[in-house]
Amino acid sequence: MAIRERLSGNEAVAYAIKQVNPDVMPAFPITPSTEIPQYVANYIANGEIDTEFIHVESEHSAMSATVGASAAGARAVTATSSCGMALMWEELYVAASNRLPIVLALVNRALSGPININADHSDSMGARDSGWIQIYAESNQEVYDNYIQAFPIAEDKRVHLPVMVCQDGFITSHGVENILLVEDDKVKDFVGEYEPEHYLLNAGERMAIGPYAVSNYYMETKRAQRQAMIDARAVILEVADRFEKMTGRRYSFFEEYRMEDAEYAVVIIGSAAGTCKAAIDEIRETTGKKVGLVKIRVFRPFPEEEIAAALSGVKAVAVMDRSEMFAATSGPLGAEVRAAMYQAHGTADVVNYFYGLGGRDITVSDFKAVYDRLETIARTHVVTDMYEYIGLRSAQSEEV
Amino acid sequence: MEKTTYNFKEVMSKPERLAPGHRMCAGCGGTITVRTVLRALEEGDRAVIGNATGCLEVSSFMYPYTAYEDSYIHNAFENAGATLSGVETAYHVLKKKGKIKDEFKFITFGGDGGTYDIGFQSLSGAMERGHDMVYVCYDNGAYMNTGTQRSSATPQYADTTTTPAGSASSGKVQIRKDLAAIMAEHHIPYVGQSTFTSNFKDLYTKAQKAIYTPGAAFLNVMSPCPRGWGYEPGEMMNICRLAVDTCYWPMFEVIEGRWILNYEPKNKLPIEEFLRPQRRFKHLFKKENEELIGKFQEEIDRQWEELRNKCS
Repeated sequence: MAIRERLSGNEAVAYAIKQVNPDVMPAFPITPSTEIPQYVANYIANGEIDTEFIHVESEHSAMSATVGASAAGARAVTATSSCGMALMWEELYVAASNRLPIVLALVNRALSGPININADHSDSMGARDSGWIQIYAESNQEVYDNYIQAFPIAEDKRVHLPVMVCQDGFITSHGVENILLVEDDKVKDFVGEYEPEHYLLNAGERMAIGPYAVSNYYMETKRAQRQAMIDARAVILEVADRFEKMTGRRYSFFEEYRMEDAEYAVVIIGSAAGTCKAAIDEIRETTGKKVGLVKIRVFRPFPEEEIAAALSGVKAVAVMDRSEMFAATSGPLGAEVRAAMYQAHGTADVVNYFYGLGGRDITVSDFKAVYDRLETIARTHVVTDMYEYIGLRSAQSEEV
Repeated sequence: MEKTTYNFKEVMSKPERLAPGHRMCAGCGGTITVRTVLRALEEGDRAVIGNATGCLEVSSFMYPYTAYEDSYIHNAFENAGATLSGVETAYHVLKKKGKIKDEFKFITFGGDGGTYDIGFQSLSGAMERGHDMVYVCYDNGAYMNTGTQRSSATPQYADTTTTPAGSASSGKVQIRKDLAAIMAEHHIPYVGQSTFTSNFKDLYTKAQKAIYTPGAAFLNVMSPCPRGWGYEPGEMMNICRLAVDTCYWPMFEVIEGRWILNYEPKNKLPIEEFLRPQRRFKHLFKKENEELIGKFQEEIDRQWEELRNKCS
């Protein structure tokens, strides 16, 4: 029987770490992910897990030590947020190119400046090209479930890539929700023992890692990483199937909410999907308008074809970005969704929105306005701007 | 632990753990440091070798070739300390879980750029946490891999590509950072400073102590660079002798907080002797720069006295 609990997102991840019982966890505190290493330190202090905690002096060293531990043959994890991950940046690429199956719990928070501790996807979106698999969650339940699934994905011989398990800062990380936990023994069976093929501490085989490899080898290295990202797609779905058999909870690359007959769709990542679902239910109930949602779970590898197929029947799409990339076109999710639809000769009109930057609230009525706008766009086929904002005060506004 | 007798022939006939064929320069001190330190491993003992980015790394592990007979990890420039602390921690937990049986030692090498400067925080963290590892700095007094830019290990007045001597410059302004002392202040069980002596006993025995003392250990090894310092490759041993006999590079160790001076020259030579054979100090021998050599000497004398007091 699953265990009914009430946990915050951070507690849920920490609880999953306890169940997985990884070998090494180097970590450095940063709001809002600080609680995760704190909970783990408590499990260690109470003898509940065998994990060795490394009290590193920075996030750069956190990922460096995680790389070292993983290369040595350990199951290694860490957790961070925002500027902490920015400080790891160089090491994210090293971890991925060394094909180390590290699992990073990322609590999404805005990058400085100005310094801001709230939910925003600029940290992980900035790292989208680092070669990590990225899995996002709407709720505490999802981040817990994703965290457990991350290990068999990362460690699969077809993949061997690090995985970033993302949740929204404070909204998910600190919001306490009802959650169904999987029994310890089931989690242990699900993730299995970590049996690396090649590792530094293998007495039977010496290994060298981190070579100097210039123009005659670098390109093939990157292509091999891309292949792993391609192959990860099947593995992500296989692991999701296995997880569904264990828990009854179904996961895929993305969730489609009331998309069967939808004419107007929102594409979004993370906790705001919950607010959008509430808006959809209300709109459908009160007006009968056919509105739906595509909630991205896996951003890397990006499921282009599947997204394009999911949006093939709609008239207008609003892609919602919770991070800036200062491109002329749009935000990062907007750019990728548009590219996927273009390649598939999609016919829907697309508008991109920036919302919730630095933790700004987005409400049910905001989403209603988005769906109204989609209706107008579908009728007129006029998208005046490549991107628009939700909840942005105008430059002339007196309001502070 | 340390053998009571040191037999140069015996030590030199141990198998090399850094294979020939790497691309380091002729007359490079860094390579000699690595070979001597690794020779101090007991035959049959396993090790994981770490390495900060630098000359050594890019010249000894060019894909698909490695010069290391042991398992080896290079991660980046500034994180050799943190990287090996991860390897060492993995070792302890996997051993505890019965997943590995063999004994391993952990030794990492970094140049002074990767150690004194960009890797300083990572090194400090690893030493403070007390991982059972040895951090060896092959100190050649500048960023040699990128072309002799100044580091905080560069001696005062040295002509480097970022502190060039010129009509309005006498080379590097500041005196060098005393990293071995800073590491000793981390209260780790073993710190040693050494360079190459005629029979290599000092460096070899310090490496043995560093490797076989449980806990964190730090070795600072002056490792001359013919290109950066400007000397004929064949002159290296002579330069090392002059560094020690002028007290520019004192050889000492700090064991459990106790400072020990390992060598005191019978006749302390004037600093000019060390400076003269090196192109990086050539400008100091111009008539108008005479007083700078005097200042250099004063600083050497001050540091030497300070060290002697610590060791008394």
